[in-house]
Amino acid sequence: MDEKPLYDGSFSVVGGNFDNAGEVSSSIKTILKKIGLPSDIIRKAALVAYESEINIVSYARKGMIRLRVSPECIMIEAIDEGQGIPDIDLAMQPGWSTANQKIREMGFGAGMGLCNIKSFSDIFNISSEVGKGTHLKMIIKTNSNSLQ
Amino acid sequence: MTLYEIKELLDAEVIIGENQLDMDVKTAFVADLMSDVLAFATAGSLLITGLTNPQVVRTADVLDIAAIIMGRGKRPSQETFQLAEELNIPLLTTKYILFEIAGRLYSKNIRGCIEKVGSK
Repeated sequence: MDEKPLYDGSFSVVGGNFDNAGEVSSSIKTILKKIGLPSDIIRKAALVAYESEINIVSYARKGMIRLRVSPECIMIEAIDEGQGIPDIDLAMQPGWSTANQKIREMGFGAGMGLCNIKSFSDIFNISSEVGKGTHLKMIIKTNSNSLQ
Repeated sequence: MTLYEIKELLDAEVIIGENQLDMDVKTAFVADLMSDVLAFATAGSLLITGLTNPQVVRTADVLDIAAIIMGRGKRPSQETFQLAEELNIPLLTTKYILFEIAGRLYSKNIRGCIEKVGSK
């Protein structure tokens, strides 16, 4: 990641704005397509970005998603200002959720978001501080060895 | 099976994608839970759902889903319609319930995009 990246940029995400949830992920997908990455890699990155974006919209006041693309990998960071996660191990359990009715009506909030993000990333890091916010960092390798 | 044949089979109305009906489809995934769609659905599959909000289209876009079929007579909201149009994702609606949609498609050799979880 030391060399000049192919792309490095950030997108802001507004908490509670369900109408536009997914816009950032669509932009990220478009950028990755322009770079010319394989479609299965783009799909993984778009999915990771989308679940992260849904999390910020659902649970945080505001946040941002950073995309950095190097020849070897895609790094996606989701940094929010919000309630934070008191127990990360619990939050990582499939099916565990604090989602309200509105989130569930959108087809989310089933406690799969963080699990999905982790399973589609090659490297996944999460840190959170209650009352401050949550920081996710995901890396998806773009070399052919990482293809499923 | 082409999207046109699927439209005929399901007595469906094409809301978006009249010009994409020659698209060939072999697999499908049925869910009302978008997180499960994200976890399990594969590129090029049909997404069969009873949800109508814009996140259905976003989810389809993220996964390169071939087309969305809304069952139980559900129709897209205005926002959903606009987004599907913008992203050029075919969207069909049918009065059949999801079980019937799946059964009819299966009888014509459309298969689940995965058979069981843990088998991808």
